[in-house]
Amino acid sequence: MARATSPRRKALTTLAAWSVALVIFFPVLWMILTSFKTEPSAVAMPPQLFTADWTLENYAEVWQRSDYPRFFWNSVVLSLGSTLLGLAVAIPAAWAMAFVPGKRTKDLLMWMLSTKMMPAVAVMIPLYLVFLKLKLIDTHIGLVLALMLMNLPIIVWMLYTYFKEIPSEILEAARMDGAGVFKEIAYVLTPMALPGIASTLLLNVILAWNEAFWTIILTTTKAAPLSAFIASFSAPQGLFYAKLSAASTMAIAPILILGWFSQKQLVRGLTFGAVK
Amino acid sequence: MGKITLKHVNKSFGDVAVIPDINLTIENGEFVVFVGPSGCGKSTLLRLIAGLEDVSAGQIEIDGTDATDLPPAKRGLAMVFQSYALYPHMSVRKNIAFPLKMAGMTEAEQEKKVQNAARILNLTSYLDRRPGQLSGGQRQRVAIGRAIVREPSAFLFDEPLSNLDAALRVSMRQEITELHQTLKTTMIYVTHDQVEAMTMADKIVVLNAGNIEQVGSPLDLYHHPANVFVAGFIGSPKMNLIAGAEAAKHGATTIGVRPEHIDIAAGGPWSGTVGLSEHLGSDTFLKVEVDGIGTLNVRAGGEVNLRHGDRTSLAPQAGRIHRFGADGKALA
Amino acid sequence: MSTQSSRLAARVMVAPSVVLLFIWMAVPLAMTLYYSFRLYRLISPDRTGWVGFTNYLWFVNSPEFWLAMGNTLALVGGVLAITVTLGILIALLIDQPVKGQGVLRILVIAPFFVMPPVAASILENLFMHPQNGLFAAVSMSFGAQPILFLQDYPMSSVIAIVSWEWLPFATLILLTALQSLSSEQIEAAEMDGASALNRFRYIILPHMMRAITVVILIQTIFLLGIFGEIFTTTQGGPGSASTTLPYMIFKQAIAAKDIGRAAAGGIIAVILANIVAYFLMRGIGRHLDA
Repeated sequence: MARATSPRRKALTTLAAWSVALVIFFPVLWMILTSFKTEPSAVAMPPQLFTADWTLENYAEVWQRSDYPRFFWNSVVLSLGSTLLGLAVAIPAAWAMAFVPGKRTKDLLMWMLSTKMMPAVAVMIPLYLVFLKLKLIDTHIGLVLALMLMNLPIIVWMLYTYFKEIPSEILEAARMDGAGVFKEIAYVLTPMALPGIASTLLLNVILAWNEAFWTIILTTTKAAPLSAFIASFSAPQGLFYAKLSAASTMAIAPILILGWFSQKQLVRGLTFGAVK
Repeated sequence: MGKITLKHVNKSFGDVAVIPDINLTIENGEFVVFVGPSGCGKSTLLRLIAGLEDVSAGQIEIDGTDATDLPPAKRGLAMVFQSYALYPHMSVRKNIAFPLKMAGMTEAEQEKKVQNAARILNLTSYLDRRPGQLSGGQRQRVAIGRAIVREPSAFLFDEPLSNLDAALRVSMRQEITELHQTLKTTMIYVTHDQVEAMTMADKIVVLNAGNIEQVGSPLDLYHHPANVFVAGFIGSPKMNLIAGAEAAKHGATTIGVRPEHIDIAAGGPWSGTVGLSEHLGSDTFLKVEVDGIGTLNVRAGGEVNLRHGDRTSLAPQAGRIHRFGADGKALA
Repeated sequence: MSTQSSRLAARVMVAPSVVLLFIWMAVPLAMTLYYSFRLYRLISPDRTGWVGFTNYLWFVNSPEFWLAMGNTLALVGGVLAITVTLGILIALLIDQPVKGQGVLRILVIAPFFVMPPVAASILENLFMHPQNGLFAAVSMSFGAQPILFLQDYPMSSVIAIVSWEWLPFATLILLTALQSLSSEQIEAAEMDGASALNRFRYIILPHMMRAITVVILIQTIFLLGIFGEIFTTTQGGPGSASTTLPYMIFKQAIAAKDIGRAAAGGIIAVILANIVAYFLMRGIGRHLDA
């Protein structure tokens, strides 16, 4: 039960909370506003919050100068592909860890997480060479694999925490009812854990979408996603603020929109399943 | 058919023998209740029969064939879980049909069997609801429905009534008993509640620390407990157990007298002070501090008018004194 | 609590994940280890051979190394301190009865959706830039000189950028934990005469411990490898002022084209990560048992 608070106090906390939220959000807002300005008004001193001569020209030019649809499509393929593949590998593993735990389950889980602690830069060269050898550089399949393996520990861990909330009696009932392991997972566990699986999917799509190390190292053109696209727009000398903002907005807009539409699952996913 | 035989069944978790060695035969059509305090191994024993746990040693035979290494689905048994274990994302109809679907039965056959089960269990009007929209008793019935459509050779119940309130527990208890009378299928029922055991069972198996203390009909256990443990466990209120000089007078280490077998009689051999008296109308439960013996529970008639602090004399009924030796076993 | 067949099934089910992750980890690691003992320069590919610990010794004796170690720890520690502290404060604020809590929450988590190169270049150019940045405009409107963020405070600037990226995550987890605290507990503490500060100290903070643990664990995993933000903004400079261990390795590999040295640095980074992981898992792992 929330307790009644005085209207005055509520107004004050509302004001404070909104101020803080706007400060945190402001860089994103400023970027979006700048993307609609002309280059001169983007660097005008003093800065203008809104501009009279707002324009779509920056978007048009970014669109013209680079093959945005291809980068966008690559981002979709890589983030969704790696996450779906990761789920396919991780669901059985998480089932085993959650419902048939052994003495070493916890250690195994921690080991998996610890593989993520290895700095990517440290193994950059060998991995590049391996990819070169296997002809996986700048291919969808290579990047999907790399992103999948990068996020696999997180996926396993999140699924494990969601699965553990499901009483094992229900799975035992399915076993008594004649379901084998795969039917048990397909008909009972997966539907019951659907909200958790959706959260895991969303979060890992975002992590893969925003990944900007391997995607840049291991691609050149064909399979390069939006994170590589934006890298090519960096380092302007003040003159290209509006276009930089437009390109940046285009790179993050899909995820921002996805985030707004799937708030509930996403908020749950963002906690990595670790907090209820 | 549903005859289940356990031969030298042993279950250990690591170094801990939860069930050291059990031999037991459950006849076809019997209603058998495993009863005992929590941690006595009764649920483990049921899960061993179900195949949800492996035996560490020994054999489980179902209808004369060795089922020790069979997976749960192949044993022809159905189980009703303590939490009902209904599939929350499926309607009642789909819940009940699930084992049939797993067995590869056609939709039409499934529907026929579901309808039949629903009729027996009064669930017909709830078939399209989800488990979350049902009351505790209805959920219980769905769980039973899911078990009966498979036409198993035996039903296993794991404390199925412990999540229900007291009134519902009594009526569900009667429903399950009636179901057994209709289906005449073997049922194995695990509970810690000796009232459920007494009221439902053809045969009670009393377990303690993984060992069988006694097997017998309810009245058998009530009248002829084989040892101190069974004597104290079966019967409500509990049997009074008296050790020391009073027991020695009867040539035993411990003697036991049930509260209902002690009369309030002027000139009785035991005299004491009433500590607590509970007047229920039909009965009066007394706690009497008896000189030289200790506290005795007495179940007297409703019209007895003794109050806290009153003096009274008690007499055990002739032939109703149970005698136990130093090893806790009953003396002939 | 299981049967032999289900334990066997479990092993089969875990196997793909374990095998894949093992290959993903072991193959590059083994190769890195191999190169770290080799002379391997892209400028002079003909000269190869075993060099023992030379690459390691160069790395450890380089004055940049200790600076980079310090910077790495400053980055991880600084971001953790900022995000956890601010995260707790903001969570406490948003948890109050506030109008429009849903929209508020989305605004606060928005930075998490921004990919690191975008976050870094936006904050660098639109905000921290000494001529055209918003902060410069604010300084000048007060008649002060603009602060040269990336010049004079490179490490702090990087920490600020990374903190902005990770603050939403910390806030959200802590807020979720806060919302699961029953108000009866707070009311009971109030009845017991606990002041607001004491309620925070003895009731709220202990309740959030697990969430704080999760924040530290997950953020450390990501922060140890931070690279893109530095690459986009300071390039490790000026000089080596904002060079972290990963960035130093990167410079050896790409700028100096010395794969052997970079590999030695990689192994050192892996050892460091393992030491951190060990203490993290030991100190924190027990909090994770639900």
